[in-house]
Amino acid sequence: MEDTICAISTAIGVGAISIIRISGDNAIKIINDIFSNKIQEEETHVIKYGYIKDNEEIIDEVLLMVMRAPKTYTKEDVIEINCHGGINTTNKMLELLLKKGCRLAEPGEFTKRAFLNGRISLLESEAVGELIAAKTDSQRKLSLNQLGGNLSHKINNLREQILSLMANIEVNIDYPEYTDNLVVTENLLKEKLVSITRELENLVEGTKYGKIVSNGINVAIIGKPNVGKSSILNHLLDEQKAIVTDIAGTTRDLVEGVISLNGIEIKLIDTAGIRETTDLVEKIGVEKSFELIKSADVVILVVDGSKCLDQDDYTILQQAKGANIIVFVNKNDQKTIVDITGLNNIVFGNTIEPNGLDLLKSKLIEMFSINEINKDLTYLSNARQIDLVNKANDSLKNANYSLNNGIPIDMIETDLKACFDYLGQIIGDTYEQAVIDRLFRDFCVGK
Amino acid sequence: MYDVIVVGGGHAGCEAAHICAQMNKKTLLITSNVNNIADMPCNPSIGGSAKGIIVREIDALGGLMGIVADKSHFQIKMLNNSKGPAVRALRAQADKSIYPKVMKEYLDATLNLDIIEGMVEDLIIENNTVKGVLLENRESYLSSSVILTTGTYLNANILIGSENTPNGPHGEKRSNFLSKKLEEIGFNIKRLKTGTPQRIKANSVDFSRLKEECGDDSYWTFSFDIEPQYQINNQQKCYLIYTNEKTHQIIKDNLDKSAMYGGYATGVGPRYCPSIEDKVVRFADKERHQLFLEPESIYYDEWYLQGFSTSMPRDVQEEMVHSLEGLENAVISKYAYAIEYDAIDPMQIKASLETKIIENLFTAGQINGTSGYEEAAGQGLIAGINACLKIDGKKPFILKRHEAYIGVLIDDLVTKGITDPYRMLTSRAEFRLLLRHDNADLRLTTKAYEVGAIIPSKYQKLKNKIKQINELTEYLKNNRLIINEQVKAFFAKNNLSLPNGNFNYLLLLKRPEITMDVISNFLDLSNYSKEVIEQVEIENKYEGYIKKEYAEKEKLNKLEEKQIPEDIDYSKVKNIASEARQKLELVRPVTIAQASRISGVNPVDISLLLVYLKKEYGKNE
Repeated sequence: MEDTICAISTAIGVGAISIIRISGDNAIKIINDIFSNKIQEEETHVIKYGYIKDNEEIIDEVLLMVMRAPKTYTKEDVIEINCHGGINTTNKMLELLLKKGCRLAEPGEFTKRAFLNGRISLLESEAVGELIAAKTDSQRKLSLNQLGGNLSHKINNLREQILSLMANIEVNIDYPEYTDNLVVTENLLKEKLVSITRELENLVEGTKYGKIVSNGINVAIIGKPNVGKSSILNHLLDEQKAIVTDIAGTTRDLVEGVISLNGIEIKLIDTAGIRETTDLVEKIGVEKSFELIKSADVVILVVDGSKCLDQDDYTILQQAKGANIIVFVNKNDQKTIVDITGLNNIVFGNTIEPNGLDLLKSKLIEMFSINEINKDLTYLSNARQIDLVNKANDSLKNANYSLNNGIPIDMIETDLKACFDYLGQIIGDTYEQAVIDRLFRDFCVGK
Repeated sequence: MYDVIVVGGGHAGCEAAHICAQMNKKTLLITSNVNNIADMPCNPSIGGSAKGIIVREIDALGGLMGIVADKSHFQIKMLNNSKGPAVRALRAQADKSIYPKVMKEYLDATLNLDIIEGMVEDLIIENNTVKGVLLENRESYLSSSVILTTGTYLNANILIGSENTPNGPHGEKRSNFLSKKLEEIGFNIKRLKTGTPQRIKANSVDFSRLKEECGDDSYWTFSFDIEPQYQINNQQKCYLIYTNEKTHQIIKDNLDKSAMYGGYATGVGPRYCPSIEDKVVRFADKERHQLFLEPESIYYDEWYLQGFSTSMPRDVQEEMVHSLEGLENAVISKYAYAIEYDAIDPMQIKASLETKIIENLFTAGQINGTSGYEEAAGQGLIAGINACLKIDGKKPFILKRHEAYIGVLIDDLVTKGITDPYRMLTSRAEFRLLLRHDNADLRLTTKAYEVGAIIPSKYQKLKNKIKQINELTEYLKNNRLIINEQVKAFFAKNNLSLPNGNFNYLLLLKRPEITMDVISNFLDLSNYSKEVIEQVEIENKYEGYIKKEYAEKEKLNKLEEKQIPEDIDYSKVKNIASEARQKLELVRPVTIAQASRISGVNPVDISLLLVYLKKEYGKNE
């Protein structure tokens, strides 16, 4: 018997609708338990309207698609829940499913099952992988869902400005005898590029928020042995056990669990205690912890408040120079004697009562402006988008550089076109006829 | 029995017939009026932005248009000369009475070429293969292949206001039945429209009030093979005119009388060639529109009023013309008219310009939905070359998008089809830094020589040029500009920033302000021709951008190399969108790159197609 897996099939972000897909032998039974209507006797391939409930609490108003094996994507029983978009609702839904016995699907697991159950060939399943990797339509749709209307609007607006510049340059080239048309001179181009450059740089700047929305925040909990790292971790996790899970990827062995802060994934990474040691195995652990300090988005340095800082603490502080640090002064249920002058972002607390853990979370929220993020999700988030916006920015930089180095405008236009194309790939638009259409729309030329 | 029959003596037909004969094929050109060969029914000019580059390409490929234009124009200029080298192009005011005469002389002097008068009304077809043509008078001619270059003559209608006459351009006989035949065979017939403005008597125009437009004061030729045939100081002037409020009011008051606005026309007109009523309606806030008055010939008194094309009735045209400054008393010798004609859907032809439906039948020019003399001539040349290669059982001659504007043109036609008559624009070419007018011979002449379209002497000339380019490049690389007092003085005097070291000249050339002209002050370049010097300068000065474009080209090339088997059954490709399936079935692209350019075929469809190809044909890879 296959276990039943679930995952949010749409991209995380704002989109009006999120789709959660559940596949496996218990899919229908599990949903039957939390749906306002009974679906166990439903025929296959029907859509049902109702509420998802956690006991008596209504989580969301949804449309359910009930698809019985074998004519489904995985050849298993599949349910798709169309719920309202937004990180909170979707995550709550997911939590509930996990509580009811679903397992979070690994990346690509639905497709893997489709392959294992003989619905698609290996080639086809590879193709699905390629589709995702290779700037495809489905990926385009994915990113479209991911994009708030505001972001699309921002990009479209930028492209619009570039397009109208290009159309103007083209009309100067194709109809040079029509001198009534505005001529894009070097000065004019410089002037126009100022605002385009500024807007594009804003987009690039925003990608750091986007990364947080899509990848979450990696938090390394570090400190000497036995200062309470694991207790803190467990307390943080305890409250949200439902979404404790393995996270695939390079950090798989290290991420102890994930909690959600206002919808942002906080990936908690426990580390080996750091101290001066001669033990070879422990040494490797310590080295690893040092590496983690470098790669984490933020480090929670746990110190024992009932003792003075010692050489090991200073070593850790030295290693963490330049990183985002929150110092958690533990054991404030005992007498605090530690001297923390010169340190910032300090939270006092203990894991016995417990105390200070909410403050710790608030600190994280503050540090990454998480509350800001949720208000306006106009960021580019996934790696592909970030890559594209950086490329677009590079093209524009090149244009600005060439403009100051005597390169003719019609050549610089190729940079503008590249910029336009990269931005277009983000929202799934291509160049094609755009410039020509625009040229004839904006300019009056011809025999 | 002929090898090739060319139907139609316009710009496409002339090139097709000439190249076939030059490639030693027994060729017959059939035209409805021998005196109308290489007629220029519309504007009196050859070349222009992008089009001028096509003319150079035609010359580089062994065609006639460039050399004929060089021998028949009365004004020539390099457009965009102040812009980058990639967008420069020549335009000549060709004399409408001389151009056809020179072309006819070339054709008459061409061995293996017969020319007869006649109206082709049917094709002889057996087993979906063309065998010859049937004339209106029931005479028939047999051949191995047929090239249709019928221009605007298929079912042509002339529209002036509500008047609608079944004629070809300037009252020529139209072809009544051929397009019906083509439809019966299976071609999708499209109805297109184009127009031409008024002709004005010069002696009725007050030129003193118009702005002069002169030719360039340096010598140019389209052809890589001849010296300039004109005197710079003897060039004929053109004139610039503006419409005014009064003109616009007349047009607005009479819109319902225009054939287009009155609903008398059904054809789709070209966007790049809007009628004046279109301009006034669509750009209502513009106070004036530019017009040009260009002589059609220095041998007869008729001037072409570019920009004033209209389908208004005659009396309104009179009013309109007389509202223009300097033309208050102008005599209109020919009224503007719109012409509607039939064309086929170019998605039904291959990149070789052979039709997909009938073997050995080729089409070129306006019948394929293009507009313009240059676009037609370029296609005629390619159709001709491919008709010959097909007879010899050789691979077709197909120019890629990064090799020639002609390649862009044909790929656009057969891959995307058309909605309105297609005109070449620089913006259609994604590799325009590679497709320059100055390197057309370097891009194309060797290729043409390899398929036998070029005479050996022309090829030899190219080889010499390449040798010189390489020599000059080495020469610049091996010599340094030594900064001495004299050099310092020169740089100071000319306001140039002094290099901070003794660089070689090739490196110096990359600096924006250092041109070959500057270098010639320090290095003797007298052994090298203007063209060679220009080539080295462009390729090195703009190397960064040109290299980038080459890199892009290579990316595309990988996809161009992925061939799609001719026998592919698109109904078996799983999961592609139905629109994509239909389009792929219609276009039957040769490569994955071409498939990806079809509108309505999305990247996801391409991925699925790739998966299918790998699965079905992968073993052979």
